[in-house]
Amino acid sequence: MSTDTASGTGPADTKEMTFREAIRLALREELERDENVFVMGEDVGKFGGVYEVTGDLVEQFGEERLRDTPISEAGFMGAGVGAAATGTRPVVEIMFSDFIGVCSEQIINQMAKNRYMFGGKTEMPITVRTTEGGGSGAASQHSGTLHTWFAHFPGVMAVAPGTPAAAKGLLKSAIRSNDPVIFFENKEIYGQTGEVPLDEDFTLPIGEASVEREGEDVTVVATQRMVGESLELAEELEGQVSVEVIDPRSLYPLDTDTLVESVKKTGRLVIADESPLSYGTHAEIGMRVMENAFFSLDAPIQRVGVADVHIPFSPVLEDEVLPHASDVEAAINRIV
Amino acid sequence: MVVIDIETEDGQREALRRMQTIRSFDSKAGDLFADGELPGFVHLYVGEEAVGVGACSALEENDYITSTHRGHGHCIAKGLDPKQMMSELYGKSGGYCNGKGGSMHIADVDAGMLGANGIVGAGPPLATGAALTAQLKGEDKVALAFFGDGAVAQGQVHEAINIAATWNLPAIFVVENNQYGEATPVEKQHNVQNLSETAEAYNIPGFTVDGMDITAVYEAVKEARKRAADGQGPTFIEAETYRYHGHFEGDQQVYRTQEDVDIWKDRDAIETFKTRLIDAGVITEDEYDEMKAEIDEEIEDAVAEAKEAPYPDPSEAYEDMFSATVPEISQFSSQMRADGGRGRTDGGEDQ
Ligand SMILES: Cc1ncc(C[n+]2csc(CCOP(=O)(O)OP(=O)(O)O)c2C)c(N)n1
Repeated sequence: MSTDTASGTGPADTKEMTFREAIRLALREELERDENVFVMGEDVGKFGGVYEVTGDLVEQFGEERLRDTPISEAGFMGAGVGAAATGTRPVVEIMFSDFIGVCSEQIINQMAKNRYMFGGKTEMPITVRTTEGGGSGAASQHSGTLHTWFAHFPGVMAVAPGTPAAAKGLLKSAIRSNDPVIFFENKEIYGQTGEVPLDEDFTLPIGEASVEREGEDVTVVATQRMVGESLELAEELEGQVSVEVIDPRSLYPLDTDTLVESVKKTGRLVIADESPLSYGTHAEIGMRVMENAFFSLDAPIQRVGVADVHIPFSPVLEDEVLPHASDVEAAINRIV
Repeated sequence: MVVIDIETEDGQREALRRMQTIRSFDSKAGDLFADGELPGFVHLYVGEEAVGVGACSALEENDYITSTHRGHGHCIAKGLDPKQMMSELYGKSGGYCNGKGGSMHIADVDAGMLGANGIVGAGPPLATGAALTAQLKGEDKVALAFFGDGAVAQGQVHEAINIAATWNLPAIFVVENNQYGEATPVEKQHNVQNLSETAEAYNIPGFTVDGMDITAVYEAVKEARKRAADGQGPTFIEAETYRYHGHFEGDQQVYRTQEDVDIWKDRDAIETFKTRLIDAGVITEDEYDEMKAEIDEEIEDAVAEAKEAPYPDPSEAYEDMFSATVPEISQFSSQMRADGGRGRTDGGEDQ
């Protein structure tokens, strides 16, 4: 991926923009590119989305294609599945991933299973966008991180980018994919900026990790908000510890090879992901490395996440349970 | 003939044929299940034939339907092939879903059949989505959801109808009120006299029709289709009917008596329609008997073919998850199958 900011309109052009703007750009480009693409969800039209992600798209594409729904997650999630099965490419927004329980039937038994159950004859080109993460004092019912659930559940792809460029490239791939993709956006990084390729054909393959920073002593596999925080930490530690930072970007499928290669080089692994620690994303990444690079490990694998509690309201409590760069640093110090 | 024009004599004979095909297919499926031939469970449509065939006769070939766990009748009414269906019931290759779906998940999206469904109430949102596709693409298509009286108590059904009503989608919601949700009678599940009263809440037309009368169902759905195609939004139709068999095969049916069943059998949809066609000179008793014999033979052939068909190769269990290749599935499945012994989980390149 190019970070070239040279002027002109060549494919290598990039522009600095926020994570939110990168997603909006991906949506705009795909809505322009394919008239079968439409977006639906609560207040995604005139209001522009509660996190302003859909913004002014309704002005360009109209209310047919930026479709405000009744507050009926099961109804419109199911309608998205039915629409996908009959030849459109819906992008369904579930305002907070915590609400997925309300429509989990349509995700679990319809969206994820149709293709397999029907012997491969149904395509399911649907993208579900949803928000995750704590840090805004929204308390337990609006701060959860559910990607492990769907990375575990067969039949859906689970994507959780950590940078604006990845957000653009992966969302475009998700919309173009004939398979159901749940696209998890950490709402704390909507304002984070980065260079984003402007090329309308810039896509990133789902299932490819990105080595965001090379290093020699320890591999930090970080997701979502932890990517940026780990990169800053790696800068700070420069000279003492050489930290390699990898954003897997897609949790299912997961790019095992890139992670294993890195650990074979560094011999140490820290996994930083804002989800509960038991039975989760951390365990899966750690296990894959164990299976494939056990004899390259020089120290026990470390995990940084949420200690199996919900996200509390009070800033003091919330700050306590959420993972931070300091936790990643402590983990590195335990093994280097 | 995939689409039936029930207003012609040919169409009427075809409608009768299709009702009888459903009955023969499902009666046979019941026998096969009792003999231990079929895996899983089967829910039979016997008794309700007029609803599926009446409704589908009012649809065009490219229209969509969604179905339920009791879906064989909907499949046949929509024109699906009983042979492929029977193979699917056996879990064999050549079935509609290559043995991955079975009785409860037969689907043929190309034929507009968006799937039988093991989840009560899950179909209506899918039909709303198919109707949305039609509206977005400006296609002259409608989507019809079949669901049971039990499903009317499901939240997602109401969400789907509300969305379709609010967006004026070309959808039709057809409740097959066969009087029971499993073992619980409809009066114990709903506080309204007629389920079609539900329509009032969405400000859409709602009708209750005699589901033992194919013509009544046809007329109501035809009207609903016209309304939907004219951009006037969805219609809610309740068809009063009855299932002659238990909820599932093997159900002891402690919740009703044979007398209850016989009252409905007296108004049998196939008998009534047949008599009407004989009286009108569309078909003779002999022609009907001949037709029924033909159908029974067709079903016997379907069974014979299904029995002979090979099972899918076990390795096919790992196919059809995604249209794209996912390394996990090939890696994990090859580990599981390595050396012919499953359950092996080692095999990392380090070893
Ligand atoms: C969500 C859900 N709950 C429960 C069941 C178990 N179940 C299968 S069929 C059925 C009864 C459905 O009744 P109805 O909708 O009236 O359809 P009918 O069987 O009468 O055709 C139930 C409770 C299910 N499959 N799905």
